[in-house]
Amino acid sequence: MFDISPTEWTAIALSLRVASVATLVATPLGIAVAWLLARRDFWGKSVVDALIYLPLVLPPVVTGYLLLLTFGRRGLVGAWLADHLGIVFAFRWTGAALACGVMSFPLLVRPMRLSIEAVDRGLEQAAGTLGAAPWRVFLTITLPLALPGVLAGMVLGFAKAIGEFGATITFVSNIPGETQTISAAIYSLIQTPDGDAAALRMVVVSILIAMAALVASEWFARRANARLHGN
Amino acid sequence: MLRVDVSKQLGEFAIEASFASEGRVTGLFGASGSGKTSLVSMIAGLLRPDRGTIAIDGEILDDTAANVHVPSHRRRIGYVFQDARLFPHLDVRRNLDYGRRMNGLADDPAQRARVTDLLDIARLLDRRPGRLSGGERQRVALGRALLARPRLLLLDEPLGSLDEARKEEILPYLVRLRDEAGVPMVYVCHDPGEMRQLATHIVMLKRGHVTAFGGAEVLPAAVSPA
Repeated sequence: MFDISPTEWTAIALSLRVASVATLVATPLGIAVAWLLARRDFWGKSVVDALIYLPLVLPPVVTGYLLLLTFGRRGLVGAWLADHLGIVFAFRWTGAALACGVMSFPLLVRPMRLSIEAVDRGLEQAAGTLGAAPWRVFLTITLPLALPGVLAGMVLGFAKAIGEFGATITFVSNIPGETQTISAAIYSLIQTPDGDAAALRMVVVSILIAMAALVASEWFARRANARLHGN
Repeated sequence: MLRVDVSKQLGEFAIEASFASEGRVTGLFGASGSGKTSLVSMIAGLLRPDRGTIAIDGEILDDTAANVHVPSHRRRIGYVFQDARLFPHLDVRRNLDYGRRMNGLADDPAQRARVTDLLDIARLLDRRPGRLSGGERQRVALGRALLARPRLLLLDEPLGSLDEARKEEILPYLVRLRDEAGVPMVYVCHDPGEMRQLATHIVMLKRGHVTAFGGAEVLPAAVSPA
């Protein structure tokens, strides 16, 4: 039962790579957006807020199709990126990472935003009176104190990215070795006669990955908490 | 020399305050809700006056007519809050060192030793704020503000959250600070006894307005706060 075939390994490795890249690229962006939403008032803030949460409420196939229209080879942004920077998303693993990044972004941002909002502004003011410019206040006070939420956001985003299916398969299809992640592989295996055993193996693998992510986040959160409030 | 001439509307509450003081310790005295903290926040640059000027030693920090507002991190004005506001993720040593690092000042072990001795906090250096008593926290906050080398120190009811015994514990340190640290201070409180012990000049505030300015004689005779 647990002879995982090379094709299955490929899908597992690809899923891990896609989700890791999506999370790592989305994290700095997510922290910036979370800080803006938590600490700044600007024109159009509610629109930005709504746009970020849109992938959470839209059917994933709609998000995937919109990504195809925008970042496909003939898409507005996709054509420009391909011609000028040589970056292609369509039917590549990078496209899968983009789809996963967009889909997981709301889940990644939310805990970050909540934890930044929870940082006592009085501490930020105190840092200011001690001579810290706003960006240094952020790096030395706000970010370290919000770290548990930042890590929680990363783990949630990663877990969502690992499981993403609808937008990814719509945008970059289901190409073994290039865009076939665990979810897409399970989907294909279920539709293949005698694919049940393999599908079950992949199911077990995805449960293991999800649990590992949860355990890791628990461990990080505990460590971060001890570091912040530990005595 | 501290010159303040500001007005600020905060909801229903209006502050119209003007005074100049050259004292070593300028006491801002008034009941709670008289605008003391708002006034101190304006001096610190945390709150922007609607109109007016704030200057220290001839340097303009706020001048609404000329659209000047020096942000708090460039004022070199220390602020000791009632609730200390120590950084919980840093130990006492790194809390004390924070202002020096942010201002790009050279490490000065002699100065650090002077301040930690003055405030009796040398044995607390490796602790986190979570493991300090209220009085210890306030002393560390004083040290942290001093070590940023401010040209003015604002003390906003630093004893306000402490019980009587703790107040008695901290007051001597504040007197030493006044006599030995060489930094002019603005001391906010509503306790005439505390004011008498510390302030050299007193600004009386009532509902956002300065009602008297002078020495200890302007304080009410009663011991209990108005």
